[in-house]
Amino acid sequence: MHPVLRTVLQRFALGVLTLFIVSIIIFASVQMLPGDFAEAVLGQAATTETVAAFRRELGLDQPPVIRYLDWIGALAQGDLGTSFSGRAASGVDRSREVADLVGPRLLNTLFLAGMTALIAVPLALFLGITAALKRDSLYDKAVSTTTLTTISFPEFFVAYILILLLGALWPVFPSLADVSPGMPLWDRVYTTALPALTLTLVIVAHMMRMTRAAIINLLASPYIEMARLKGEPPRRVILRHALPNAWAPIAAVIAFNLAYLVVGVVVVEVVFVYPGIGQLMVDAVSARDIPVVQACALIFAATYILLNLVADIIGIVTNPRLLHPK
Amino acid sequence: MNTERSEVTGATPASGAPLLDIRGLRIEGFADERWNPIIKGVDLTLHRGEVLGLIGESGAGKSTLGLAAMGFARAGVRFAGGSVRFDGMDLLTMPEWKRRRLWGTRMTYVAQSAAASFNPAHRLIDQTVAAAVREGLKSEAEAIADAKALYAQLQLPDPEHIGARYPHQVSGGQLQRVMTAMAMSARPDLIVFDEPTTALDVTTQVEVLMSMRKIVEEFDTAAIYITHDLAVVAQMADRIKVLRYGEEVEEAETREMLAHPKQDYTKSLWSVRSLRKAADPSEDVVLRAEGIDAAYGNRLKVLHDVSIDLPRGRTVALVGESGSGKSTMAKVVTGLLPPSKGEITFDGAPLPPKLKDRSKEQLRRIQMIYQMADTAMNPRQTVGEIIGRPLTFYHGLKGAALERRTVELLEQIELDAGFYDRLPGELSGGQKQRICIARALAADPDVILCDEVTSALDQIVQEGILKLLMRLQRERGIAYLFIAHDIATVEAIADEIVVMYQGRVVEQGLKDQILAPPHPDYTELLLSSVPEMDPDWLTALMERRRAEAGGPRP
Repeated sequence: MHPVLRTVLQRFALGVLTLFIVSIIIFASVQMLPGDFAEAVLGQAATTETVAAFRRELGLDQPPVIRYLDWIGALAQGDLGTSFSGRAASGVDRSREVADLVGPRLLNTLFLAGMTALIAVPLALFLGITAALKRDSLYDKAVSTTTLTTISFPEFFVAYILILLLGALWPVFPSLADVSPGMPLWDRVYTTALPALTLTLVIVAHMMRMTRAAIINLLASPYIEMARLKGEPPRRVILRHALPNAWAPIAAVIAFNLAYLVVGVVVVEVVFVYPGIGQLMVDAVSARDIPVVQACALIFAATYILLNLVADIIGIVTNPRLLHPK
Repeated sequence: MNTERSEVTGATPASGAPLLDIRGLRIEGFADERWNPIIKGVDLTLHRGEVLGLIGESGAGKSTLGLAAMGFARAGVRFAGGSVRFDGMDLLTMPEWKRRRLWGTRMTYVAQSAAASFNPAHRLIDQTVAAAVREGLKSEAEAIADAKALYAQLQLPDPEHIGARYPHQVSGGQLQRVMTAMAMSARPDLIVFDEPTTALDVTTQVEVLMSMRKIVEEFDTAAIYITHDLAVVAQMADRIKVLRYGEEVEEAETREMLAHPKQDYTKSLWSVRSLRKAADPSEDVVLRAEGIDAAYGNRLKVLHDVSIDLPRGRTVALVGESGSGKSTMAKVVTGLLPPSKGEITFDGAPLPPKLKDRSKEQLRRIQMIYQMADTAMNPRQTVGEIIGRPLTFYHGLKGAALERRTVELLEQIELDAGFYDRLPGELSGGQKQRICIARALAADPDVILCDEVTSALDQIVQEGILKLLMRLQRERGIAYLFIAHDIATVEAIADEIVVMYQGRVVEQGLKDQILAPPHPDYTELLLSSVPEMDPDWLTALMERRRAEAGGPRP
């Protein structure tokens, strides 16, 4: 087996193991949430017997270890379980599968994240590379200052400024990113433009600065001096000699930011009333809807692990020492 | 366009006019918030096909001058006056894009560290032919075929396929040859060799030197050869220019310069090589390693049945090329790498193989000095703290007593109390190594392991360090296990020599015995590879080895 393939498989196995450990932590944390779903739904008036019966029906009377094993066992078969909400003391059961609840929200979030990434990643790379090429110039300073400014504001503030500018003063884009299933792609893009722009402004600085730093860090190395002494023009020195050796740190910081786009954007979702998975999780926590909370948390963890795995793999395949061993 | 073409491809050789003509060149470097002179008005003339050796200690401005010959200034360095004319063109007034077209084509550069100077992301062949192909001097196919021919001429193994490898896949000596091929690819008029063999073993160095000289002669290329090793420059150069503090000390034909140096500074450079102490046998063994086997991990066995006796107050030199297990042996003695077999006895008592099992007293009595004094010191600690730490740790000194003892140690290494508050970054290479020696002395050891302690230093500084070590040995009876690959250093300081090859001891005995013939094969190869000051040495050696290899090569 090629050593790179072996390393990738090793990392993948480690990722699965990490996810398993995270699932234990998630389950334990949810146990520590104050309050109880049965009491929350049935209210103060419910008799002890009704509460007990309800708990039994949901499986809440079982010891935690058994409940964890049930959950993880079902999960391994692709079953996220059934939401607690939609049940009432009257015995009417309108509860839905967690997968049905989470699925559309996750797609919305992934759509927004993907759209932001399509704008932000090329923009950050372009700005980072050009800033490195013209380092210490006015252009470099302007790029650094601007991106630093946008990252310094809280994201909801950036969001409101954009709403004010592009939603109210010059109404180019809708202020509410109210997407619905079955919307045509272009409408969807148009509707989510403002949240995507907001997130772009928030994440570009980080990626751009890392790209610039990773390249500039390499410019001092002897092989860059050698390239210059071979008469390579500055553009080729950066693109052909520095960039190929800078991918690992750049990929790591891009992965980190993309993960943030999936798991950390609840504030932006709230501002634009965007039906993403962040809002779903916040609602589920306040409703003590344990299966949904656990599913969301696990998706977030999986996102982080997967994206970091991809960054690791990029780091490996762009390193000839690993790709072409002696 | 036509004129540009001829500038890149090289016009017909102009008769008589020098290829390179540097007049009154002044260069400044930016440090401490101001511009300081690095090169202070140097003239240099080089004719076609001529090789000029540039020698001097580090900081003399050799590399700066070598790069300036190409019209190149590193970041933080600027031209402050004078002119550099290459084939009639003034490089300093020329726009950079024009100069760039000369770089890699008509003037090329061979750097000191081949391993660091190749881009790790690209294959060797692509890097070899890049400049010639970029400027359209050859088609890619032609350039690749030519590069393979050059690889063969430089005696690289498997010249057809070695180019497909990445830099990390070939050895340092091979990389240095590939870099020479890269510099030759466009058939330049001028090559600047910047200490190209300093980082190599003697045995590898001599092979690379042979290849370089052959190819420079073959294509009648002019070259500037920068080095601090006199014996090397004696083999390579037609003329030698000695630099010091950015100024020329003197310049002469190689033979003339070697036979009759005029300036005191040049004479002092020459005399360094005559430092030599008489071997002094002793049977009083302080440290004995017996039948040591050692391995990294489970697989890579590095030492095979190595036995070494180190007499009290004497120096045993461990010599051999890199990879021969010298440094591994030092790790075994310090306890960093417990041996898989064998035993070490110290002062008659067995020494625990693992570092953590040794007593503080045992630790105190064996100290170590490293090759890279830079990285062996915490850059944020002052000299006082660095030397004071072992004094507190081993001897419990505090306060005024600690300071008094630290200053005493500074005096012993010939530095004054003014160094007490300095940081390592403010010291020269030789001073740093002296601080490391003081730190080892602070423990008041019986044995000091010296791992290539002078190989990163210039010859004059080396001499100072060697003399200091010898004096300390006389005064305090310290035994040195002295690891080195430079035979001249070993000749100077050793009482006994242990020759190692591929993890085994080849030969062991008193210095005079080992250095006098007859030798086992490997010792012979090692000794015969050490460059001598005789300018005909390399020629003679090439002839001899060719004869031994069975007649001249085609």
